[in-house]
Amino acid sequence: MAMITADPKDVPQVASFAFTSEYLEKAKALIAKYPQGRQASAVIGVLDLAQRQQGWLPRVAMDEVAKLLDMAPIRVYEIATFYTMFQLRPKGKYLLQVCTTTPCWLRGSDGVMKACREAADGETFSVQEVECLGGCVNAPVVQINDDFYEDLDEASMRKLLDAFRRGEIPKPGPQVDRQASAPAGGPTTLKGE
Amino acid sequence: MLADKDRIFTNLYGFHDWHLAGARARGAWDNTKAILERGPDAIIDEMKKSGLRGRGGAGFPTGLKWSFMPKEVKDRPHYLVVNADESEPGTCKDRDIMRHDPHLLVEGCLVAGFSMRAHAGYIYVRGEFYNEAQHLEAAIREAYEAGLIGKNACGSGWDFDLYVHRGAGAYICGEETALLESLEGKKGMPRLKPPFPAGAGLYGCPTTVNNVESIAVAPTILRRGASWFSSFGRPNNTGTKLFCISGHVNKPCNVEEAMSIPMRELIEKHAGGVRGGWDNLLAVIPGGASVPLLPKEICDTVLMDFDALRDQKSGLGTAAVIVMDKSTDIVKAIARLSYFYKHESCGQCTPCREGTGWMWRVMERMVVGDARIEEIDALEDVTKQVEGHTICALGDAAAWPIQGLIRHFRPEMERRIRAHTRQLAAE
Repeated sequence: MAMITADPKDVPQVASFAFTSEYLEKAKALIAKYPQGRQASAVIGVLDLAQRQQGWLPRVAMDEVAKLLDMAPIRVYEIATFYTMFQLRPKGKYLLQVCTTTPCWLRGSDGVMKACREAADGETFSVQEVECLGGCVNAPVVQINDDFYEDLDEASMRKLLDAFRRGEIPKPGPQVDRQASAPAGGPTTLKGE
Repeated sequence: MLADKDRIFTNLYGFHDWHLAGARARGAWDNTKAILERGPDAIIDEMKKSGLRGRGGAGFPTGLKWSFMPKEVKDRPHYLVVNADESEPGTCKDRDIMRHDPHLLVEGCLVAGFSMRAHAGYIYVRGEFYNEAQHLEAAIREAYEAGLIGKNACGSGWDFDLYVHRGAGAYICGEETALLESLEGKKGMPRLKPPFPAGAGLYGCPTTVNNVESIAVAPTILRRGASWFSSFGRPNNTGTKLFCISGHVNKPCNVEEAMSIPMRELIEKHAGGVRGGWDNLLAVIPGGASVPLLPKEICDTVLMDFDALRDQKSGLGTAAVIVMDKSTDIVKAIARLSYFYKHESCGQCTPCREGTGWMWRVMERMVVGDARIEEIDALEDVTKQVEGHTICALGDAAAWPIQGLIRHFRPEMERRIRAHTRQLAAE
């Protein structure tokens, strides 16, 4: 298994990181959610903001977050390496997070993963195998950046990827004819107003 | 079948407006002040009478949990924390509450927070649920603007602030003390108990952690009465419940049903039945990945509630029903769960950190039969050594699926080992 480190040697060097005023405002709003002196509570949220601004999370960004929250840098590195949503390497424009846990696997995540792996070029698409995304009745599920694409199979996954390549953002949610978590063909309950 | 008029989550599928106006039209926030005027003790008493048991997996009585909070606020503030870190494989019900009926949760937070004398609540939402967290944030903003929460919430004289806190990918944060660690800005590593959160939880203050569904059903229970809620299901297993039916069914779905509904009825009525018909059923994991699977013979008659499933050495868990038909490589299905627990172990306790990896590696060999028959016993023995020997229940959760497999599918495991041995001998 690859070592998870806050400072991988094989990533582009980033000399410095500073929050833009827009992201700094967002960071301050997050910090304000917690009691005085408990600003460390905001660390996950502020790291997420840094990652959104930079596209990934270089160590200099973690250091900046540590400074902002008055935390020892190692405490921030711990967080960045413990939680799987932090990307310690640059990613493609679209991060394909393919769920392959049993409920998705039962419904064909192998084929979906195959389509994603073939598309992964590190620029337009990066692919990661992830554990249960929590959309199991709409399996298989792939999270693409912030959105869930659901009820996929290999063919519909390829169609989605083609759409992204053309610069479109396909509609998230079920890729078959159904409403959210309702059974296909219409709900068995809650049919009236 | 549960009638629509008795359903709590009337916008489960998001056909209607999830904003405040839509929620109000469905009955949310209807004279919440009157509920609060009953006072904390009466509210907790009604919750106890309803028989509601926690919907996050453990099934601990919700009203009783609330009653553990100190009766008076002394030097430390009280906190309500809502566990929306929904990550138990098979489970996707809290997601629907947050994206389609967030006001039920927000109102529930006020009522629960008030009754445990908390002026602040945090909702810990798993990081992947970005859009769901947005809906929840929007619902909270609407509630503030309408004076429903914040200063003098609903005109009750009680101040209540509510915040969304997003996680960043870690199943372990669904464990309540790991969640609190994470909320404090640390790695999600479970705490030793005692002290229990009601004594020393978030920031060392009295805290109660509840599942989203447990909190979201509270206002409706208080409005319609404990006896209404407890009229569904069997004694000690009362109420309505969100079920998630995934896997090899014709129409996977979420649905709210009465507790104690027969599993077969649940699957056939709402999920279009097992793919290929009921007789094509191999096994069901009835309550999320952590509970042992049940073979078809038991599924034929078992009821979906805490006690019935416990009697079959399984559990209701989160009521996430994972259906597997006869085409399933059952050993592989469980091996994949073993990988899940290996991946999600926080690494704090040795039996879990080392045991989950060991169990997974052995399970991978079991998939192809590359093992000796005695190793099935060794595997079972290790699951017993992990179970109950760790700070939190993740060790148990990693052990139980394997124990269930061995209990019900040992002949299949042995068949693979024999076939593999024969093949090696032939080569």
